[in-house]
Amino acid sequence: MTPTDLTLAGARDALAKKQLSARELTEAHVAAVEAARPLNAFILETPEQALEMAAASDARIAKGEAGPLEGIPLAIKDLYCTRGVATTAGSRILEGFRPTYESTVTSQLWRDGAVLLGKANLDEFAMGSSNMTSAFGPVENPWKRKGDNRKLVPGGSSGGSAAAVAARCALGATGTDTGGSIRQPASFTGIVGLKPTYGRCSRWGVVAFASSLDHPGPFARTVRDSAILLRSMAGYDPKDSTSVDVPVPDYEAALTGDLRGLRIGVPKEYRLDSVPEAIDRVWQQGIEWLKQAGCEIVELSLPHTRYALPAYYVIAPAEASSNLARYDGVRYGLRQAGDQALTEMYEATRGAGFGEEVKRRIMIGTYVLSAGYYDAYYNKARKVRTLIANDFRAAWEKVDAILTPTAPSAAFAIGEKMDDPVAMYLMDVFTVTANLAGLPAISLPGGLSTDGLPLGLQLIGRAFDEETVLRVAGVLEEAAGFQAEPDFVAGR
Amino acid sequence: MSLIEGETGSWEMVIGLEVHAQVISESKLFSGASTRFGAAPNSQVSLVDAAMPGMLPVLNRACVAQAIRTGLGLKAQINLTSVFERKNYFYPDLPQGYQISQYEKPIVGNGTLTIDLPDGSTKDVGIERLHLEQDAGKSLHDQDPLHTYVDLNRSGVALMEIVSKPEMGSAEEAGAYVRKLRSLLRYLGTCDGNMEEGSLRCDVNLSLRRPGGPLGTRTETKNVNSIRFVQQAIEAEARRQLEILESGGTVVQETRLFDPKRGETRPMRSKEEAHDYRYFPDPDLLPLELEPAWVEELGAGLPELPDDKKARFLADYGLSTYDASVLVAEQENAAFYEALVKGGKKRDPKLAANWTITNYFGALNASGETLETAPVDADKLGGLLDLLADDTISGRQAKEVFEAMWESGKDALTIVEEKGLKQVSDAGELGAAVDKVIADNPAQVEKYRENPNVIGWFVGQVMKATQGKANPGMVNKLLKDKLG
Repeated sequence: MTPTDLTLAGARDALAKKQLSARELTEAHVAAVEAARPLNAFILETPEQALEMAAASDARIAKGEAGPLEGIPLAIKDLYCTRGVATTAGSRILEGFRPTYESTVTSQLWRDGAVLLGKANLDEFAMGSSNMTSAFGPVENPWKRKGDNRKLVPGGSSGGSAAAVAARCALGATGTDTGGSIRQPASFTGIVGLKPTYGRCSRWGVVAFASSLDHPGPFARTVRDSAILLRSMAGYDPKDSTSVDVPVPDYEAALTGDLRGLRIGVPKEYRLDSVPEAIDRVWQQGIEWLKQAGCEIVELSLPHTRYALPAYYVIAPAEASSNLARYDGVRYGLRQAGDQALTEMYEATRGAGFGEEVKRRIMIGTYVLSAGYYDAYYNKARKVRTLIANDFRAAWEKVDAILTPTAPSAAFAIGEKMDDPVAMYLMDVFTVTANLAGLPAISLPGGLSTDGLPLGLQLIGRAFDEETVLRVAGVLEEAAGFQAEPDFVAGR
Repeated sequence: MSLIEGETGSWEMVIGLEVHAQVISESKLFSGASTRFGAAPNSQVSLVDAAMPGMLPVLNRACVAQAIRTGLGLKAQINLTSVFERKNYFYPDLPQGYQISQYEKPIVGNGTLTIDLPDGSTKDVGIERLHLEQDAGKSLHDQDPLHTYVDLNRSGVALMEIVSKPEMGSAEEAGAYVRKLRSLLRYLGTCDGNMEEGSLRCDVNLSLRRPGGPLGTRTETKNVNSIRFVQQAIEAEARRQLEILESGGTVVQETRLFDPKRGETRPMRSKEEAHDYRYFPDPDLLPLELEPAWVEELGAGLPELPDDKKARFLADYGLSTYDASVLVAEQENAAFYEALVKGGKKRDPKLAANWTITNYFGALNASGETLETAPVDADKLGGLLDLLADDTISGRQAKEVFEAMWESGKDALTIVEEKGLKQVSDAGELGAAVDKVIADNPAQVEKYRENPNVIGWFVGQVMKATQGKANPGMVNKLLKDKLG
């Protein structure tokens, strides 16, 4: 077995048993990253840094001081600020920006021994569901439809991270999920993506899109690998006022495989006529597997679900319009101006620095916060948000986790759905509810579409109950036995 | 209420003030950077203050405590839940592109400030609210002919915006309001009140109306930075509005600036004010929840505040309201006075107040010294008052001695001895002098028989003969006895 075919847990164990060195593991992944360049999954490759970090890992392993992620090569979504390493947020406006600081989540990963392979491509400022809005070009999904050579999108916004993990370039990756940006690409690329509870992973040092909805979280190819990564990424951070001070459990230990007596909710509002039949079939299959595992299936109503997407597309742009005001050409990044007056400098810089989708959302956000429209849009959306959180609160009286499909479609072709922004926004229909309510949710591959593309299943859990989510996901993963491989695997 | 007499009848001013007070704290409202004044440009800027990507605000509890203490000092309602919101606008000295402020739910609600008017009366002015917000940086337009420079040292420093109700009716009342507020903030140690350094800035809302009539349209004159300018800006803006209204025009609701050189207000360029701030709750910060026990603890730790001190001075020392107001305006002055009254032997509080206000503060002002640097302290001044009280020296001599004390820093007794100024109260010695003056001036004695007022001439002669050392009271008595 080549090192890139190992799971993260497998590589960890092989390193511990000295069957493999961190250098060998990293070299294999550096080569894979290089081989996978046609996917455009990375904005920046950091092979030299990766090898240095691997050498340091080997030294620590030799001294018996290995951390929980010692020597594990990861892709980092280029929304995480990394000290001394260019950070772009997928935007031209951060041109030349090299942070002097390291995000809390990545510094915890390095503390635990992980290795930085590079900065993964993403939709500009994480705004998108296809990775088509990146200023650094689209990412290609390593999967292709059966008998169809058209390039597919990996989903978004964490498209580069998902593609890198799916194509075996990295053992895991970080993503961020504001409306589905971890789970939807995980579904499109046949891997596992976990969005933890709001406040579980620090947002400090992660470029903000919509602060109340942004969730850092991991990608990996297995549920166990996700559990291992989450343990390192999670934790209270006094530098993030929305971080929550609760202990971080050993998530891997939660994978007991025993679901007996658990109640799983199946919400009727997630059954949409417009959704392809295969997605429903995979969902039904998931329900069956859980029944067989001893779960009680509970039909459920989350009555305000249909208002979630519109509320999300008010709140997220509103926050974004304010969060992105700091990119003004004054202190860092792009400045487009000679000796022009101030307003012209702002306009030229932001006009040139931001792409179309970012501009659209800034305009929507500015509009919904404007005098005279605030109550009709922003305030109403906040009320909807409360109602959605209440729906879930009521559901937790009856169930321990909720099972739904992750996305309303499989991966689509690059160029499809590009002319209608609203069609793209519909990609988030099943995922935004967990962001609005701040609940942990995971996507794992449940099966294939009729044309051979992966389809994800989503599990949503109680706040700070990632353990149940992971435990159920582990059993589903086992039952699904998802063995299909993408069209492109690095090094093959 | 002072009325303005126009040609079409009288008008009254309606004035409300918004004061921005810089909070005394070690570090900024949402970052650990220092707040020290006068540091090299951009030397006190954290990643948060510069709004670097991914940076997040963390609320400084010390600033919250200061706001609560100020609220308690204003006898105001403390809101146990308050919310930080973003006020969005673009400006180079505002790195985030928004100011974190409080809007719908401020930390402090309704309160009262009792202002002291020159005639000794007081007036209660309502406080609408107090909220916490970040200061902006500073744009420097005078460093380069073509470019504007930005200094972010002040960016993120905590401010309290204290908003009065529109309950003042004259420039005098507005001045008294700012003076009293500044005094209160200094007592509380929540703001140094230094208007020149910009730690206290004032926006003036003003409108005119017919007495008792409905409110008129107001204007807001921003960033007035001294009490004198506040009063001048009010007079100028009231004159301007009066002219408009008297000639049948309408006042436009707008933001204006006061130009102290020309003594007039002028509108800000419309670009500077055409803002829709798009306030919304800052999603990076949770609502601020206060523990009632903490608020109580802060309340218990407040010092004696000016109004209470004034009431005590009136009751304990029998001072006039004017004297009491002057003495309590600054905490150090009040402390000086109390040290003077309570030090040494039993001292007359009224005499002590007179000497403190007229002579001592007069000398401070004239010399530019402060209480810390002054050559005479409460102890030394007390020594002088004691000599005055036991008739060792006369009032006129006391003034001379005080001047010498201020010059030399020596104590009163030393100077009295050095100058031989001791008042002569010995009956024998004075009697001899009186006898001699009477014997030498028979013509004057005749005049005295016709007009007893001539006694003043005799007193003057005796004082002259004793080089001014004679106890004037005793001289008077002896003369009366001997002249019959």
